[in-house]
Amino acid sequence: MPTVELLFSAQPEHVRTARLVAAAVARRAGVDEAALDEVRLAVGEACSRAVGLHRSNGVEAPVRVMLNEDEKKFSIEVADEVPGNASGGSPDAGADEAADDEGEMGLAVISGLVDDVEVIEGAAGGTIRMSWPTTTA
Amino acid sequence: MDLSLSTRTVGDRTIVEVGGEIDVYTAPKLREQLVELVNDGSYHLVVDMEGVDFLDSTGLGVLVGGLKRVRAHEGSLRLVCNQERILKIFRITGLTKVFPIHTSVDEAVAATD
Repeated sequence: MPTVELLFSAQPEHVRTARLVAAAVARRAGVDEAALDEVRLAVGEACSRAVGLHRSNGVEAPVRVMLNEDEKKFSIEVADEVPGNASGGSPDAGADEAADDEGEMGLAVISGLVDDVEVIEGAAGGTIRMSWPTTTA
Repeated sequence: MDLSLSTRTVGDRTIVEVGGEIDVYTAPKLREQLVELVNDGSYHLVVDMEGVDFLDSTGLGVLVGGLKRVRAHEGSLRLVCNQERILKIFRITGLTKVFPIHTSVDEAVAATD
């Protein structure tokens, strides 16, 4: 079970909440103070992308954020429920190109920011998994 | 914190002072503001980002969109930013090559290149 799990309806106004929660849990887990801005930004990007995917594909399910704290690292998973976006072949291609472009820019920011990042595409949807080292006092 | 926007003119430049967080929720407000300015004939924009606490790729997209619009009128869009955490986002996306970034509004207003 994740340390903290957050489910929010796919609305842009809730992305800020996800950023705040993730940063608070990351701080508690011992992520370096200097990396908290990265955590905030990366989670925001991942959640914005998921919200965009849900909205442009008419998915009403919530976006899921899992925050996991273990001994040496703090990891975050942001899961959407829109299958098959890794290849760029969205089910209704061309429906919302602007949203897709923003999602891609978001991924570019995440990969520029986070050293340990993985994008997983499954039959049920995609997951962006990221982690940061923690220092235990 | 929400987004705050205010505009003023200095000579032929329009300064857009932005404060708060620019993200997927608030970026449309900034987009509207930039579109409105360009539609009203303001083609030389200086976006002052000193009061910005957070910027994500949606915000970057809006700024790029603004740049595209002013360029269609042979205008300019300059940024004012000294905050390392914001500058970093421009750097990792390569946008420091796209936007002239200044350390003060005065410098941005005086720039002509």
